[in-house]
Amino acid sequence: MHRSSEVKHVASYLNTRGCECFGQPCESHCPVLTDRTIHVQLKTFIKIRVKPDRTGVVTDGVKHSMNPFCEIAVEEAIKLKEKKLVKEVVAVSCGPQQVQETIRTALAMGADRGIHVEVSGKDYETLGPLQVSKIFAALAKKEQADLIILGKQAIDDDCNQTGQMIAALLDWPQGTFASEMTLEADKMKVVREVDGGLETIKIKLPAVVTADLRLNTPRYATLPNIMKAKKKKIANVKPADLGVDVCSRLEVLKVDEPPQRQAGVKVETVDDLVGKLKEAGRV
Amino acid sequence: MSCPYLTTVPLFMLQLWYVLSSSAHCVFKQTKALLDHPNTLFLNLTELTDQQKEFQELARKFAREEIVPAAPSYDRSGEYPFPLIKRAWELGLINGHIPEDCGGMGLGIFDSCLITEQLAFGCTGVQTAIEANSLGQMPVIIAGNDAQKKKYLGRMAEEPLMCAYCVTEPGAGSDVAGIKTRAVKKGDEYVVNGQKMWITNGGKANWYFLLARTDPDPKCPTSRAFTGFIVEADTPGVQPGRKELNMGQRCSDTRGITFEDVRIPKENVLIGEGAGFKIAMGAFDKTRPPVAAGATGLAQRALEEATKYALERKTFGKFIAEHQAVSFLLAEMAMKVELARMAYQRAAWEVDQGRRNTYYASIAKAFAGDIANQCAADAVQVFGGNGFNSEYPVEKLMRDAKIYQIYEGTAQIQRLIISREHLGKFKQ
Repeated sequence: MHRSSEVKHVASYLNTRGCECFGQPCESHCPVLTDRTIHVQLKTFIKIRVKPDRTGVVTDGVKHSMNPFCEIAVEEAIKLKEKKLVKEVVAVSCGPQQVQETIRTALAMGADRGIHVEVSGKDYETLGPLQVSKIFAALAKKEQADLIILGKQAIDDDCNQTGQMIAALLDWPQGTFASEMTLEADKMKVVREVDGGLETIKIKLPAVVTADLRLNTPRYATLPNIMKAKKKKIANVKPADLGVDVCSRLEVLKVDEPPQRQAGVKVETVDDLVGKLKEAGRV
Repeated sequence: MSCPYLTTVPLFMLQLWYVLSSSAHCVFKQTKALLDHPNTLFLNLTELTDQQKEFQELARKFAREEIVPAAPSYDRSGEYPFPLIKRAWELGLINGHIPEDCGGMGLGIFDSCLITEQLAFGCTGVQTAIEANSLGQMPVIIAGNDAQKKKYLGRMAEEPLMCAYCVTEPGAGSDVAGIKTRAVKKGDEYVVNGQKMWITNGGKANWYFLLARTDPDPKCPTSRAFTGFIVEADTPGVQPGRKELNMGQRCSDTRGITFEDVRIPKENVLIGEGAGFKIAMGAFDKTRPPVAAGATGLAQRALEEATKYALERKTFGKFIAEHQAVSFLLAEMAMKVELARMAYQRAAWEVDQGRRNTYYASIAKAFAGDIANQCAADAVQVFGGNGFNSEYPVEKLMRDAKIYQIYEGTAQIQRLIISREHLGKFKQ
């Protein structure tokens, strides 16, 4: 694909799946919530409940919001635009109608326009990284994007796959778990957080980068920007228009709550403790 | 009219309330005034627009992430929370009601109230410092000419400046007509002498709205004796006093101000000589709903803190929330918060529709002020011994709540206004 030396687009994928589930920190909305978090640390106050048919967790009536890592991705994209290194920031999200609220938040933060890929009902329940990455790959080709920034993983399913799959489908280089990214001519220098420390790589554009926690601190959308965001456009697209089949190859067999924590036993002496451990076969 | 004491009611039930009360009065056929407001008016309050929700969410995030953690130290030190105010200004949370052609966003009172409630949840001291801006600006917004608006409102939109509303005096609070500050016309200027007291932002304001008596004749009617001025704070002769140490909202800057031969150009007179009283009172219809919203935010905070604690603390083998005595306390707090919210929303909505909302604004402010105090005290009660201690957040709420029954029209003055409005409608 012919590309000018100046980066044209940046597309950020916004994950707006339910955020309170799976014991992960809650982004917002609980009757008793006092602290909101964008970092993966604070307590959740929502009681997560498994659906009676054990095919998933209850998401009805649970407020959804932008995945924290995706907020960081959007912030990075806007920072690049403010430095005049990219021309246009497009925010994309896949899901039902409510997803538009999240796209609006990205627009209020500074994205130029949005694309809502409509996936609803049964398709949405089974929507996973493979389908999303196919949609994204198709969109990237259509929009002629030069850079895709996503959150490293969604805090509801913790898959950590979408970014990598997009790169594979497009045959683009990837810089995952980015804690720092710098654009140098047509190469992106990415500092990655890995188990052993920090790894610095240089990847050629077009590329996929996934954002990690320490990449930046997302800004608040200011009130005037929220008002301006109303005028920005959100285009509606269906997966079929992009030639993507969102049928899932996976079948969820069951979803269970973690086992209840058993009560402990108090012992008086160290000998008792050793005795009990031996009984339980632990020593 | 008496009505069943409502708990959190769905909107259609509120309509039922109206039907019940009007049928209870069907004997008094001539009192059509009670059926004044048809039920359809409430339908507008069912759902916030997307934009309103986003505004509310922004204010909520900012309050919970930035104001809540910083509030205790500002309360202890009494230091003016300028960093928080500056941040709120950058986000566009202050000055929303300044008209668009002066650089503001021209928000209605309803939208402003949504934001105010969230900020007050964080800290009412910070919120009062911010609200004083609205109060100071309101006379200019409703009565200023284009030049005055552009000059004094415009600069608020360009920089994070504060302003203040100077009416109360050491000898006259509720009795505004009894103020003694004198303004005498001398050529193209007015020379002002007098003393003001309890002026929020008194030491931080860039300019003041000042009410002074221009007609010395004691027989002159109130509606013609006073004039409203805009005074630059750096005018020679303006002397702010020391920062007063108050019971609550301690980070808010409250001072006495002495005016000694202060010269004000005639261009800074609002509308004209003698129009001041009406302007000063007219501002209240627009600023009372946000004050009520602030009190509601405090009550909401009390409710949430108390609920959180009640679900953590155990006594007699159960969480205290499972004891009916405590859960009933929480239930009553919830009832009051919901009703206070509906009250200020009604008052704000009425004025945004272009109607005179004095009746609703006073009801909202009186009710919200009272319940804020009740809820804060109940929250301390739920916390028990811990509630009395400064390591826990609720004792501050109780100290902060008291002023809501005093400023912006005391609880007693509100009752005076409500009874006057009510009897006035009844007699029609």
